[in-house]
Amino acid sequence: MNWNDWVPLLVVISSLLPGLIIFGLAEDKVRARVMLNLFGALAKLALVSLMLWGVYQGYHYETRLPLLPNLDLVLRAGPLALLFVSLSTILWLVTTVYAIGYLENSPHRSRFFGFFSLCVTATVGVALAGNLITFLLFYELLTLATYPLIVHRGTEEARQAGKTYLRYTISGGALLLIGTVWLYSITGTLEFTPKGFLSNIGEQHYPALISIFALLITGLGVKAALVPLHGWLPLAMIAPAPVSALLHAVAVVKAGAFGIIRVVYDVFGVEFSAGLGVLTPLAWVAAFTIIYGSVRALFQDDLKRRLAYSTISQVSYIALGVAIAGPIATIGGVVHLVHQGLMKITLFFCAGNLAETLGIHKISEMNGVGRRMPWTMAAFTIGAFGMIGAPPIAGFISKWYLGLGALNAEQSWVIFVLAGSSLLNAAYFLPILHRAWFMPLPESWPNEHHFGNKETAWALLLPPLVTAAMALAAGLLVTLPFSPLEWAKLISVREFYQP
Amino acid sequence: MEIQNAFMVFPWAVALILLPLASALSCFLFPRISRTLGLITSFGTVVSVVGLGWQLLEHGSYRHAVGGWGAPLGIELYADGLSLLMLATTALVGFAISVYSTTYFKPTLAVKFWPIWMCLLAALNALFLSADIFNLYVTLELLGLSAVALTALTGSKEALSGAMRYLLATLLASLAYLLGVALLYHNFGSVDIALLAKLIEASPAVWASLGLMAAGLMLKTALFPLHFWLPPAHGSAPAPVSAVLSALVIKASFYILLRLWFTLFEPLVDSEAINTILGVLGCVAIIWGSIQALRQTRLKLLIAYSTVAQIGYLFLVFPLSASMGSVAWNAVAYLIISHALAKSAMFLSAGNLLFFGGHDRIVDLDRVVQRLPLTATAFALAGVSIMGIPPSGGFIGKWLLLEAAMTQGRWDLVAVMIIGGLLAAAYIFKVIGYTFSPAEVSHEAQSVSASMQWSALLLAVGAILLGFLYVPILSILNISDTTIVSGVGL
Repeated sequence: MNWNDWVPLLVVISSLLPGLIIFGLAEDKVRARVMLNLFGALAKLALVSLMLWGVYQGYHYETRLPLLPNLDLVLRAGPLALLFVSLSTILWLVTTVYAIGYLENSPHRSRFFGFFSLCVTATVGVALAGNLITFLLFYELLTLATYPLIVHRGTEEARQAGKTYLRYTISGGALLLIGTVWLYSITGTLEFTPKGFLSNIGEQHYPALISIFALLITGLGVKAALVPLHGWLPLAMIAPAPVSALLHAVAVVKAGAFGIIRVVYDVFGVEFSAGLGVLTPLAWVAAFTIIYGSVRALFQDDLKRRLAYSTISQVSYIALGVAIAGPIATIGGVVHLVHQGLMKITLFFCAGNLAETLGIHKISEMNGVGRRMPWTMAAFTIGAFGMIGAPPIAGFISKWYLGLGALNAEQSWVIFVLAGSSLLNAAYFLPILHRAWFMPLPESWPNEHHFGNKETAWALLLPPLVTAAMALAAGLLVTLPFSPLEWAKLISVREFYQP
Repeated sequence: MEIQNAFMVFPWAVALILLPLASALSCFLFPRISRTLGLITSFGTVVSVVGLGWQLLEHGSYRHAVGGWGAPLGIELYADGLSLLMLATTALVGFAISVYSTTYFKPTLAVKFWPIWMCLLAALNALFLSADIFNLYVTLELLGLSAVALTALTGSKEALSGAMRYLLATLLASLAYLLGVALLYHNFGSVDIALLAKLIEASPAVWASLGLMAAGLMLKTALFPLHFWLPPAHGSAPAPVSAVLSALVIKASFYILLRLWFTLFEPLVDSEAINTILGVLGCVAIIWGSIQALRQTRLKLLIAYSTVAQIGYLFLVFPLSASMGSVAWNAVAYLIISHALAKSAMFLSAGNLLFFGGHDRIVDLDRVVQRLPLTATAFALAGVSIMGIPPSGGFIGKWLLLEAAMTQGRWDLVAVMIIGGLLAAAYIFKVIGYTFSPAEVSHEAQSVSASMQWSALLLAVGAILLGFLYVPILSILNISDTTIVSGVGL
């Protein structure tokens, strides 16, 4: 038996086990809970670092357990999987710190952190899944684990938001299930394979394959919030801020986007999909979502809702990059998975800080807030400029590669989408920054808390600063070997366009 | 070595019947210790099933002539993989229910409960071990009567009227089944299933007996539209009784139907039309039962209607068995056991909620997720299996059934299964949603014992774990005597 066979499983267990133990902890066992959370997060980080190094050297990590006849539960750490796993692991650690500060003295924390850990477990499972059925299993687990977080506050409004969320995600899951079974009944395998496993299928199956593609992408598009399947996302803002941060940056929407990458590259194969003619519609939907999300974001006064619509728009960059079907655009799409995560989680942390410290929920209340909370707003500013795509922040790199890739694939219309979206991003982010830094302070804040001479609690301030710094570093240090961009290039060479 | 030998030759199958039967008598004679007796007996059946399972794994299917008299004159016990699976499910669920019942019933009810419950356990075990259609009748009748008695246990008006309906339905069903048995015996001079399988040939009498037996069994299994008796009975019985009824009792009659169908009747008749009818009824049951469940305002009735829907899935095996025999067969076996675990967990947690708050109105569940977390978890986990969401036993069963349907191009069945799953999600999450929110008026709550909470939770965890146990379960199911269940590709 090889030790390497168990590392992927351990990565999943490193958050599952602490989560299960936390469920059983009494509410006042704060220290034990914090220790468990941090221990799980650090253990996961160590395991993931080990695998990153190993995969870079060419090692192979795979756990395989029997699940169904001819179908195994497979957890495999390829380069693409590791990109997503690393993102989840790092952001889980940061968000845990943030959540500990955010939820101080609020009720039901054991329940919250338990489900929070389950959420991360599901996300990591989604990332490591080595075939479609394992993916499906964790994808559904993610739905189940996020629901209690959305209804966490137990209000009628939360219950309704949870209901809407389930309506979308369970239906999406059902479509994904149909597509998966159908695919299996044709091919007899579901194993993710570089360049897909469908190229030997006879032509008489092509119409069925097109339907399967539509089913799978629609099922995944619900979580990736492709328009018109995005309706649940703005409502899910009812959840506590750390949940919104995690939902938007890592867990739910990214699971959908990541699934789209998997389906296009490792199930159908990008050349085969292009041959079937299914990528162009996907590109259109993604492009429409990018513009639509940005336009809707313009008209939101609620800060979290504006960020939510911005997420809808930004996540579709990933789908767009995939659908353009060229190596450079793919790098842009894949790397945006990480970049958007870093930037968006920063923005949500900052929004949470404003709400917790000053009671600010609306953009119209943000006048002069930069002078009251300079560090928080500095982090926010980096995130916002990154979203707009200003160099040298991470978002610029994504857009650069997407644009270059589009030209390379002779799809120049994408440039207009990107430019339009950047303009809109600027139009809904710059006024916020202007208010925060240049408008006069109001006489009093809606609901102010004081934290000595600091602008807010440490546990709330550090996470956004760290993620903002990472977003900046991902843009500045692009040529270092383990930067997101270099890793995305590695993925492209090893998995998608291998010779 | 000697102990191991004794273990290997001990007639565990006989013990499975005699142990609960003796216990029923003792419970009746010594009511004071009935609780202890019942608990020990339940544990004894678990041990006996393990013993029987060991023997089966070593030697393949099992025949035991009681008192040395074999068929056609004497009574023979027979066990193969399917019976073992049913027996194991019965033993496990039965044990959990016994543990639950030790604290659930007040002493006045407990003295009535234990003897009847032991009787029911004996009937179930005997039924799964019977090899002839007359013995099946006897066990079926005993099962039905004990089930009715348990339903009426509390003596409330609601319970009595539910039990009365149930009694009439079950008697009518047994009568129909007995007539069918008589017809077969008259024509072929045997009641042994294996012998009949060799002798039987198509004739009007066989058709009539087929119709009678199938109708009786369908009534007992509560297949739509013969389900009318189920919701009032399952909804008004005490929680552990509802759990037994939904998890095990209706499965027993379905088990007989399955056995008879695939050994006696299917090879005989051009069954496409009948298969289609059974499939259609199954589909309607799924949709109708789920919609009714969604409309309920009381938790136990919701769960009862969910049972009506879940039975529908079992009947989809008939249209699908034609060319995808083994897959459909495995699917239905898997669905039976995962539904048994999940549904009993659900009824037991409903019992806890009823005990806790004094009512089972869904909108007034009042933050039980915080106040009764183990029970809420049990309900949610059981719900995951009922909805067929991975990872769970229900998902494996549904996946196999979907695969069979898809391969045969039966898109209608695929659609029904998916819609059924969505409706199930709707009614289960309706309940879960209200467990988070506070009620308008909060009531004083009774504390629920640890054994009641944990027995529900462990059953639910079992339903989830089944999602990872496909390989061992399949190897149990594959223990068979090919002459008995030929033609289903086992």
